[in-house]
Amino acid sequence: MSEHKSIEEIEKEIVEEFSLFDGWDDKYEYIIDLGKKLPLLETEHKKDENKVKGCQSTVWLAAEFKDGKVFYKADSDAVIVKGLISMLIRVLSGQEPDDIVNTKLDFIREIGMMSHLAQTRSNGLLAMVKQMKNYALAYKLKEGASK
Amino acid sequence: MTGILEIEKGLDIQAIRKHFPVLEREVKGRPLVYFDNAATAQKPQVVIDALINYYSDYNANIHRGIHTLAEEATAAFEGTRDAIKEFINAESREQIIFTSGTTEGINLVAQTWGRQNIKAGDEIIISNMEHHSNIVPWYLLAQEKGAVIKVIPINDAGELEMDAFEKLLSEKTKFVSIVHVSNALGTINPVKEIIAKAHEAGAKVLVDGAQSTVHLDIDVQDLNTDFFVFSSHKLYGPTGIGALYGRKELLEEIPPYQGGGEMIKDVSFTNITWNDLPYKFEAGTPNIADAIAFKTAMDFTKAIGREKIRQHENELLAYATEQLMQIPGLRIIGTAKKKISVLSFVIDNVHPQDIGILLDNKGIAVRTGHHCAQPLMERLCIRGTTRASFAMYNTKEEVDAMMEALRKAIKLLS
Ligand SMILES: Cc1ncc(COP(=O)(O)O)c(C=O)c1O
Repeated sequence: MSEHKSIEEIEKEIVEEFSLFDGWDDKYEYIIDLGKKLPLLETEHKKDENKVKGCQSTVWLAAEFKDGKVFYKADSDAVIVKGLISMLIRVLSGQEPDDIVNTKLDFIREIGMMSHLAQTRSNGLLAMVKQMKNYALAYKLKEGASK
Repeated sequence: MTGILEIEKGLDIQAIRKHFPVLEREVKGRPLVYFDNAATAQKPQVVIDALINYYSDYNANIHRGIHTLAEEATAAFEGTRDAIKEFINAESREQIIFTSGTTEGINLVAQTWGRQNIKAGDEIIISNMEHHSNIVPWYLLAQEKGAVIKVIPINDAGELEMDAFEKLLSEKTKFVSIVHVSNALGTINPVKEIIAKAHEAGAKVLVDGAQSTVHLDIDVQDLNTDFFVFSSHKLYGPTGIGALYGRKELLEEIPPYQGGGEMIKDVSFTNITWNDLPYKFEAGTPNIADAIAFKTAMDFTKAIGREKIRQHENELLAYATEQLMQIPGLRIIGTAKKKISVLSFVIDNVHPQDIGILLDNKGIAVRTGHHCAQPLMERLCIRGTTRASFAMYNTKEEVDAMMEALRKAIKLLS
């Protein structure tokens, strides 16, 4: 297996990347760029049950469980949210359910995105994280039951 | 700076701005540009002082005490009632009931007049541009009573279809609850005409004045409305206080809303008599401090001159509209012939939330989303708008700052 990075390692990478930015203009430019680059979500996944509630923008989130790891795909109609999702996917996708459920995702605060996380009603990043953890929890329980 | 002062015809905006401490702060390293006035207006120092003075000089519960502080607090509290009576030209002070705001006022009417008078099959008319606060209370009432809600449609400019309204009216119509000015579009509705037509059909009317009271002169007698509700916080006053005006006979007929405190005359375990108006509807210790400071807010806007403020805001609206229309792919939502200084817009292929975040990053506060008017957004086939709403302290330079930030944001996003 190629090198597997832990959630904490990837978070550290992101925090370091963000520390290079001069100010918020650059951070947003970067996040918007990530948003634009996020692979399109296939229309089959853009169904109602994949919609994350609590967002001013619409977010679709799909998950898949393979070889004991959770893989996420997502999309949104708002590009900054998409950029934030892209970072969450980078950190959480390909990780084990236990690690996903337990992580505090400190990087969001460390890169200064805390205010967005706090604005749960308008941005829904928190709802997004919760939904990602819910998937992981569900897979974990399913896995436990089948053992 | 001198240029704009001339345009403002005697209204010295820089002097007015000095009254609002929050306007001195910076957001994201830039001077705050506050364009979210339709959500809540900023407060002048005199209003903030009125709150502090009450708590530091004469904090006491009202009506009950015989001591000096209680008398002072009662006088100030009741003084606001008199000020509201004058502000909206009510017949008498007894018809002014303190509420926590517009939302509570509507709920009060739905839960008292509505529960007493609405039966199964009765119809309640609202419009397609209502704020959720003027939908949900009627929905709850209709559910409870088996009544039917009818909706006045709007045209693409965001104006009520008055012909359709007349067709909705029938002997089944018991109540019409209508917004005076739309928070999402800025449309000024012809409420006087609506009230007259509703009365002809035998229905009672409530006017939601949440957005109108700060911009228009309100005369409830001239409107001939049965109920009128509004909030202090959109009028440069504190949050958590507002008023309900009601026609006297109606207020006397309808049962109390909540029980306890000042609203009773005599209580025994078998018989309770209600207090006289307006106290019948004011249960418990009211929001004394905010009520007192609310008068200061009304005095402040009157001192500056409501007509002058209106003229200034209209000039800003015209200027900003003209500027915005120069942006390719931008569409203004709400182009009614008669509107107040609310400017809602959408931009092709750009999500309002992204705009809101990037404007905030430049210290500019706007509102994005559905503005608590989801049925309206559905009607207009949009997911939401970006909304800039202007107040007395806003300037052309601030509009220019928004335009610059907007152009940059669009470039970054597309
Ligand atoms: C048209 C309209 N109605 C009702 C309300 C609710 O007012 P409040 O939140 O002060 O009760 C608002 C506030 O946004 C409004 O704009």
